[in-house]
Amino acid sequence: MADEVTLLDFWPSPFGMRVRIALAEKGIKYEYKDEDLRNKSPLLLKMNPVHKKIPVLVHNGKPICESLIAVQYIDEVWSDRSPLLPSDPYQRAQARFWADFVDKKIYDAGRKVWTTKGEEQEAGKKEFLDALKLLEEQLGDKPYFGGDNIGYVDVSLVPFYSWFKAYETFGNINIEKECPKFIAWAKRCLQKESVSKSLPDQNKVFDFIVEMRKKFGLE
Amino acid sequence: MADEVVLLNFWCSPFCLRVRISLAEKGINYECKEEDLMGNKKSSLLLQVNPVHNKVPVLIHNGKPISESLNIVEYIDEVWSDTSPLLPSDPYQRAQARFWADYVDKKIDDSQSKLLLASKEEQEAARKSFLDILKLLEEQLGDKAYFGGDKFDFADIAFVPYYCFFKTYEILGNFKMVEECPKVVAWAKRCMEKESVSKSLPDPHKVYELFVEVRKKFGVQ
Repeated sequence: MADEVTLLDFWPSPFGMRVRIALAEKGIKYEYKDEDLRNKSPLLLKMNPVHKKIPVLVHNGKPICESLIAVQYIDEVWSDRSPLLPSDPYQRAQARFWADFVDKKIYDAGRKVWTTKGEEQEAGKKEFLDALKLLEEQLGDKPYFGGDNIGYVDVSLVPFYSWFKAYETFGNINIEKECPKFIAWAKRCLQKESVSKSLPDQNKVFDFIVEMRKKFGLE
Repeated sequence: MADEVVLLNFWCSPFCLRVRISLAEKGINYECKEEDLMGNKKSSLLLQVNPVHNKVPVLIHNGKPISESLNIVEYIDEVWSDTSPLLPSDPYQRAQARFWADYVDKKIDDSQSKLLLASKEEQEAARKSFLDILKLLEEQLGDKAYFGGDKFDFADIAFVPYYCFFKTYEILGNFKMVEECPKVVAWAKRCMEKESVSKSLPDPHKVYELFVEVRKKFGVQ
């Protein structure tokens, strides 16, 4: 029986991008549904009644919510190819730890960079760059966080790269100057089709953020 | 070679309790090292093994540290996989278990913290917010014995540590848990019938005494 896979998503969401990359890595065919977050579809509200958020992976009618949970699910169901998590329990724990770190630090600090001003923004910038530097250290000399191929941490992190033009412009920071290894890693990931086809263009995201800032009255 | 298992702990941290329950479920012998978090004196060992967050719990297995409570529980389940599974084997059921454990992390912890530290003015809002979240869990539990169904597992482990705080919530929030969410209370008592839970959770009176002290420290009226 053919699998029926649908992804409820929103094109600039880094969380949605994680699931897109995982599906692409595994070569899974799926239907992509872009949500209008100001007017959420009845399907989204039915599939994620608790948080009402994207992404939601729907597999044969059954919903899986929360991006990292969906990525792990994909890895477990389609376990015969392109493993995203290592097989060793300790390495798996390390991968989960760093993906959780990305969740805790990158999104919130990044958000402060493009939505705030003054002291709050300065604090956000510092948090954001410190987090990137720690991740750079963690990467070390490996081509990817997953080793020779992209893995769970790469999938959880690289989507934020599509937001870098926005962070740099509104935060007045030069990420390549501060974290050159990080940029090199991101560009290396983008050479993979699963990533390049899943991430929107930085300029497109930038234009979206400009619109969002207008809506929030930040201009 | 015998496994060397050490847990850097704080006696009433729900996050540490998750790990202790899991270790007990698997029958693992370990050394428990208590951190002095009230005295604000984190050990040099803690700072060394969790340099990123400097937090408990940290499980140290044969010298190698694992941090973040739910991460540790999954690790324990994978390493000691021959007994008492802590997660279902079906990928969809696993995803559901992880979702509800994540819900406890995202919603319960923050809202119960606010309730514990709420001043008289903030109490009403803090209590309402907390009860709304509990009611969602009550609905999710429904008529099942445990969150996952018939078996005590991951989502139960994530949430049951807060049972030792119920008395504190009731006194500070001026309500009765059994009136507001009777199914959750019944579920918690069912979990407490398990030795891994009853032997791990501290005395609720001691937890209340701690929060009286914490509130004094923060100058909360």
